[in-house]
Amino acid sequence: MTGFLDNLLGGLALGAVYALIALGFVVIFKASGVLNFAHGSLLLFGGYLTAVLHDDLGFAGALALAVLATAVLAGVLDRFLLQRGGQSAHSAHVQTIITIGIDIVLLTDLARRIGGDLLSLGDPWGDSVTALGPVTVADSRLAAILVSTVVIGAVFALFRFTPWGLSLRAAAEDLEAAALMGVRLSRVRAGAWCLAGALAALAAVFLAAFPAPGLERTTGQIALNAFPAAILGGLASPAGALAGSLLIGLTEALVVGHQSDLHMLGEGFGDVAPYAVMLLVLLIRPNGLFGAKGAVRV
Amino acid sequence: MSDRLLDGLTSRRAGIALLAVTLCLPPFYLDAFWLRIGLFSMAAAIGAVGLALLTGTAGQLSLGHAFFLAVGAYGYVWLAGEPGPGLPPGLAALLAVLLAGAAGGLFSPVAGRVRGIYLGIATLALVFLGHHVLLTADSVTGGFNGRSVPPLTLGGFTFGAGDPELTVLGVPFGAEERLWFLGLALFAFTWFTARGLLRGRPGRALAALRDSETAAGVMGVDVARHRSAAFVVSSLYAGLAGVLLALAFRRVVPDYFSLALSVDYLAMIVIGGLGSVAGATAGAVFVTALPLLMTRYADQLPLVTAPGSAEGFVGPTEAARYLYGAAIVLVLLYAPDGLHGIVRRARDRVRLRRPRTPGTDPVTSPPQPAAAARSKEHTP
Repeated sequence: MTGFLDNLLGGLALGAVYALIALGFVVIFKASGVLNFAHGSLLLFGGYLTAVLHDDLGFAGALALAVLATAVLAGVLDRFLLQRGGQSAHSAHVQTIITIGIDIVLLTDLARRIGGDLLSLGDPWGDSVTALGPVTVADSRLAAILVSTVVIGAVFALFRFTPWGLSLRAAAEDLEAAALMGVRLSRVRAGAWCLAGALAALAAVFLAAFPAPGLERTTGQIALNAFPAAILGGLASPAGALAGSLLIGLTEALVVGHQSDLHMLGEGFGDVAPYAVMLLVLLIRPNGLFGAKGAVRV
Repeated sequence: MSDRLLDGLTSRRAGIALLAVTLCLPPFYLDAFWLRIGLFSMAAAIGAVGLALLTGTAGQLSLGHAFFLAVGAYGYVWLAGEPGPGLPPGLAALLAVLLAGAAGGLFSPVAGRVRGIYLGIATLALVFLGHHVLLTADSVTGGFNGRSVPPLTLGGFTFGAGDPELTVLGVPFGAEERLWFLGLALFAFTWFTARGLLRGRPGRALAALRDSETAAGVMGVDVARHRSAAFVVSSLYAGLAGVLLALAFRRVVPDYFSLALSVDYLAMIVIGGLGSVAGATAGAVFVTALPLLMTRYADQLPLVTAPGSAEGFVGPTEAARYLYGAAIVLVLLYAPDGLHGIVRRARDRVRLRRPRTPGTDPVTSPPQPAAAARSKEHTP
């Protein structure tokens, strides 16, 4: 039973981190119709900056600077590379493939700098644990759950209560109508990319914290696991991304935790379980759990 | 006019024959390194043509191409080898290609329902699940270390070293030379079948589907059938490419068939120009040959160091990755129709200029568009 609770908490923490990443996918998709394949390398960029700067600036300062820098990088990439193509639906696909090219360049450079090292981010939690009744939890996991909840709450409030959020929702609904109503699409877009970049940099901290060994060149690949999370919920739905992330996080943690019972699926099935779940969901609901099926006009 | 048409046809035939002869020459002059580059490029081109059909023409984004390549490669290795049924290699190769097609067919419940970017991510799942299976199903795939590939034998002739010893025009024919001709034959087969498909009824139906599914459906295209058929055909080509790759590598390992490989194939068709067979081929050669060439000539390139030298410098593999990523971005930003489009535009420009060369009759030449008239001022 304790083992189950352990896994459950681990899954929640993992789901919370995935939610930060998946929310980034969703915000970008809503604003620009692009699926950002460079998200993993943005995440790695944020983590790398934190790792390099924390000796001089302390953890908080390094993190703040990394979040800011990643946000700016994402915004710049969107403004100066992707937005050259215009806003039509066809160009959204082209832009998605451009993000693959960006990812290759960024990732190659970061991997070259990191090499085979394991970088510590200097986070204040270290490997300390807290006893919660019968289970002990790593502090970093509690922090992940807490911080994600606060940040995601703030992002939802941003969507709901600010003029930018209103513009974003309008643009996601109908680009042309939004533009006619005076929404400045390019700014809304760049803002969305900045927000997603900031979320990715924040997620990097929790992905590299205990019990993970530290930031490696492959940490960015974990962002790929947030793809199923975002797709599961329906790419255009923030609430869906949240639900999908929790589902994926719990699945992964439970599959890893019960590895011995699932022996017939082979070792390391936990890494691919999110994809199996996603395929099953897509078979039944091709637009994700919360995705709406729009009318098609010819 | 008909004379001109005939002239065009003959010169076209002559061009194809010349190309075919040129492609047969390398084994007599180049060493194994270059032949291997050629082999990998041909295999990649076959796979890329399959993906161009699916993603370029039919508009179904697929990141799962590596999976179907793996099915072809491992299918051949298992069917022809020990442990496995140990079938004759020719039969095993054929069955492996069909197996890849069947895998594409099995995916059609998803491919038929899921659209656009969702489909891209769904196919991503295939790569990860497939990689997992390759790692864990030891008895079939050999696990992490992979399996060695039995050489292909057709009617007593082995596409490998020796058996029978063969020397043509004073050049000893080893594995690379023999496989070159096999690859060439398979590539020619791919080229003609794919062009036939694209230019015929199925190609039009698929292009109609890409542009608007509803409209295509109204015009009488069976949407679900064509969508899954595109997947099956593309997987068949991928399976063929997988078999050829396995033969060229002589050993298959799971880590080769990763997401990066799928992305490579996507990059090939994007750099080449979506939806064209020639473009996919050009893209395949570019993406395959670039890293190999850069590794070979690392010591002669500026800003690049040989592998294993001092840290902090850019190694050849990395330099190739930078170039390759940048190529994707630049091609899409400045020439969205890829290498194929660049060549076509250049050719059109040459054609428009030709009527002004001395000796042509100005009366029969077609009226020149404004662009051509303007460009005249720039001609020296």
